[in-house]
Amino acid sequence: MWIFIVKRTGVMALTALCLTFLVFFLTNLQPNLEKLAKTQGTMRMSDEAVDRWLEQRGYKQPLLVRYGEWLGVSPGFLLVKDNGKTLGRCVKPGADHIPNYCGVLQGDMGWSTVFKDHVSSIVSKRLGLTGWLMLFVMLVMVPMALIIGVLAGMREGSRTDRSLSTFAIITTATPEYVSGVVFVVVFASSAVGLRWFKGSSASAMDDITIANFTLPVITMAFYGMGYIARMTRASMAEVMTAQYIRTARLKGVSFTNIVLKHALRNALIAPFTVIMLQIPWLLTGVVIVETLFNYKGFGWLLVQAASNNDIDLLLACSMVAVFVVLVTQLISDIGYVFLNPRIRIS
Amino acid sequence: MESLSSLQIAISLLTQFLPVWVGLGIIISLSMYYRPHLGLYGHLFDSRVGTIGLILVLFWVLTALFADLIITHDPLAQISGMKNKRPGFPVRGMEGTFYLLGGDNLARDIFSRVIMGSRTVLSIAPAATVFAFMVGITLGLPAGYRSGRLDTTLSFLSNLVLAFPVILLFFLLVTPEIRSTGVPIYLAAVLFLFPIILFVVLFQSRFYTQPTKRNIYVSLVLVIGFWAYSGLAFNMDPLGVFYMEPNLLNIFVSVVFVNAPTVFRIVRGLTLDIKTRDYVAAAETRGEGPWYIMLWEILPNARGPLIVDFCLRIGYITILLGTLGFFGLGVSPESPDWGMTINEGRKLLSIYPHLAIPPALALMSLVLGLNLLADGLREQSLKD
Repeated sequence: MWIFIVKRTGVMALTALCLTFLVFFLTNLQPNLEKLAKTQGTMRMSDEAVDRWLEQRGYKQPLLVRYGEWLGVSPGFLLVKDNGKTLGRCVKPGADHIPNYCGVLQGDMGWSTVFKDHVSSIVSKRLGLTGWLMLFVMLVMVPMALIIGVLAGMREGSRTDRSLSTFAIITTATPEYVSGVVFVVVFASSAVGLRWFKGSSASAMDDITIANFTLPVITMAFYGMGYIARMTRASMAEVMTAQYIRTARLKGVSFTNIVLKHALRNALIAPFTVIMLQIPWLLTGVVIVETLFNYKGFGWLLVQAASNNDIDLLLACSMVAVFVVLVTQLISDIGYVFLNPRIRIS
Repeated sequence: MESLSSLQIAISLLTQFLPVWVGLGIIISLSMYYRPHLGLYGHLFDSRVGTIGLILVLFWVLTALFADLIITHDPLAQISGMKNKRPGFPVRGMEGTFYLLGGDNLARDIFSRVIMGSRTVLSIAPAATVFAFMVGITLGLPAGYRSGRLDTTLSFLSNLVLAFPVILLFFLLVTPEIRSTGVPIYLAAVLFLFPIILFVVLFQSRFYTQPTKRNIYVSLVLVIGFWAYSGLAFNMDPLGVFYMEPNLLNIFVSVVFVNAPTVFRIVRGLTLDIKTRDYVAAAETRGEGPWYIMLWEILPNARGPLIVDFCLRIGYITILLGTLGFFGLGVSPESPDWGMTINEGRKLLSIYPHLAIPPALALMSLVLGLNLLADGLREQSLKD
């Protein structure tokens, strides 16, 4: 077991390294750097001025060296100008001494060029906001999906099964930007009249209420729910045809008892994996929903970082995202073994 | 002039779709008549879910085909005085014509835009799915059949792409800056090579005992393949038949790149399962080459799950294209792309709900149709 975890951690580290290098490469392409220079300097910079700007801030070094700087294995770029001002990667406004190395390994995620702040503090603040969103989405989505799946799967082919399955298909066919728009029109627009909730969640960043948080949560839960429900249904339907369920029935155990005491435990193994693997998929939903409802969390941050080519911020965002993907994969694998003692990993 | 009432709007909408109804009627009645001879497609009509799905998909395919006949106005024309007008509003200056679903914030006809938008979606999504499948099949078959180091490398690479959040990849890959560096062209140069490889190997492994036949097929594939390849990937087609807008190429390549690893995983898994079957052992004993076994023994037997996934994937790519449009990364700023229309409409959602609802429902119904179709196909293919 431990060898497995160590091995997996090694693969994870390699994956994270490859992916951050890919992001680094894409954000450091020449046109992107020129765009960065122009947004940070002035829009009407001449080509030489852009060149000088990039040169003085160390963007002209070879890509691998700069990736090493970001990682913290090669010393950070430093330039002392004629007038005594220092420019460089490790120079932060307000700090008295300039460290030699400042990369991820030193715990420095870098400096955001858009927000003029430390990347780590921005990311942790926005992640906290998205954490609340995710928490409520999970609290709504998982129980709903499991109930639908179990109810549909316990009597395969029945009318309940057919209608619940159709509902599950409809939810998987409704991406967040469709359901979000429909929900806003129905529940929040002044045109229709049902003004139950608010169409904007900007106020939820300080204070979460039912009025400002319901719509983003149900919008996200709606799209993710269908897939989990269908997997639960398939798993439940399979369990219900097993020998031991038939034995229980022949013994005269009531149907409710069979479902709750005999079938449910075994039927929930597969959905567990699906739920864990679904978490990274929610990221796209987070980005859409936060844009749609104006909730400034991690998804919003990602959009800002990408549209402004804020290199350090974007790298930090992708590290978080990749970390979530890899950790959920690991948990789902390990959890699967604990839930299903028939499987052994070597 | 009076605005149309809801009933009148509904009636005009139904009559506008007349070519689609006629086409649907012909296709469905012909399919019903020849049903016993149509194999899996014929069996589809046994399941209600599958039939509904098929009708929804056919509806949008026919709408895209007859879009020129269905639209009531030019989807790009802005008519003054029609900004944000409610559905059924009479068009100023044009006696007897109406904006059936209202006007958008640039005074364009929403109905015509939604109809034209179906063309954009239905020309990109299925084509991208086909390419993703060809890449996935060409790599997944040997990975599953051969296993070993090749499998480990390819699986690691595919997991790498899959671990990457889709939305982030799109933000990085679909930008004007990336286009000027030529990254999409390099990606296209690699990805568009796979269909050619697949078809060459397909014919080579089948007909290598009949050299004349093989030479004809393989040279045909090579000529047509590289002709299309030069046009699509490098925009250097000498005859100018094959051509893709740089922006469209960028989106297309990114979509294929994101979806190919999933297809790879499915094909690899299926191959691992099928290669233990007796008919594969029989072919090996006969002395068939590995590519023959992969392409002519394993692949046809993996078709059931692949067809189902094909339908689901078109739907998924439709959602993905909508997402791109939603973030303003769509095909072109003017195009009546559904995702983009939703994005434009959502800003005025609380005052004018009619701007964003029609494209949203259109997208949903198409994806729903594809999902139902996939479900019906799965049900029927499991029965065999």
